[in-house]
Amino acid sequence: MPSQDEIFEKVQAALVDALAVDDDEVTPEATLVGDLGAESIDFLDIVFKLEKAFEIEIPRAELFPEDILTSAEYVQDGKVTADGIAQLKERMPYADLSKFEANPMVQDFGNLLTVNDLCRYIASKVGN
Amino acid sequence: MRWFWIDRFTEFVSGERAVAIKNVAMAEEQMVDYMPGYPVMPSSLVVEGVAQTGGLLVGQHNAFRERVVLAKLSKAVFHTQAVPGDTLTYTAIVEDIKPDGAIMRGTSHIGETLHAELEVVFAHLDDRFDGVDLFHPADFLAMLRQLRIFDVGKRPDGTPIQIPEHMLVAEQARIAND
Repeated sequence: MPSQDEIFEKVQAALVDALAVDDDEVTPEATLVGDLGAESIDFLDIVFKLEKAFEIEIPRAELFPEDILTSAEYVQDGKVTADGIAQLKERMPYADLSKFEANPMVQDFGNLLTVNDLCRYIASKVGN
Repeated sequence: MRWFWIDRFTEFVSGERAVAIKNVAMAEEQMVDYMPGYPVMPSSLVVEGVAQTGGLLVGQHNAFRERVVLAKLSKAVFHTQAVPGDTLTYTAIVEDIKPDGAIMRGTSHIGETLHAELEVVFAHLDDRFDGVDLFHPADFLAMLRQLRIFDVGKRPDGTPIQIPEHMLVAEQARIAND
């Protein structure tokens, strides 16, 4: 199993390649959208690159829970409901949702995921 | 308007790789308009040609039912210029095809010389684009025939690829209506 450092290095390489950013921009705290400038189509590219680097399958819904965020059951007035938050936590145990939970506007969700979240997700997939 | 930036396929292995050629001619408009007095093939049109090669390869994998669009050009490195008289050989190799889209590596060669290297991400248009058809299936089929996909196309086991039934049905419906 790869170490945390090895996971970070591979995630960093994938993001540098997919987003044309410098190594030093890809810090653990950097958000993919806000800090690294990822657009929706980049996520397809990032997933491809991570799957190849780690030889894993990444179901899209595990990283991008669009079904929850567009569900009338879990979203009201542009905000994710308490039940929706519970669903997100179950789906994304690797992500820190505490800040989002304080004001769970759907439009802000895209800027939630950090490099560290991605590393934690990968670690969970490779068995760490 | 025709927007064909390949002339025909010469190899096509379903889900794996495709090779198409593009003959660069002085008669083409871009030779006059792109850099007047200095006729070269615009790199952007080489990208389009390689993407058409790969995009049709990706499309065939799902019987041309997915609407495949060039979503991202991850890499494009040009080593030399193509000029009138050159035959460009575009090779597209599928890295992965998923429900959301596909990724491919591509090259352009002029003879044995490496002309360009590309990496392309394709997206499948999703439900947000319901009702948006890129082509009428009968027009699409006519285009695929012109590009000779079905003449050279094979499955990985070597058996020929078939024209998807839904395209033949659309073609018959159009003939009946004309």
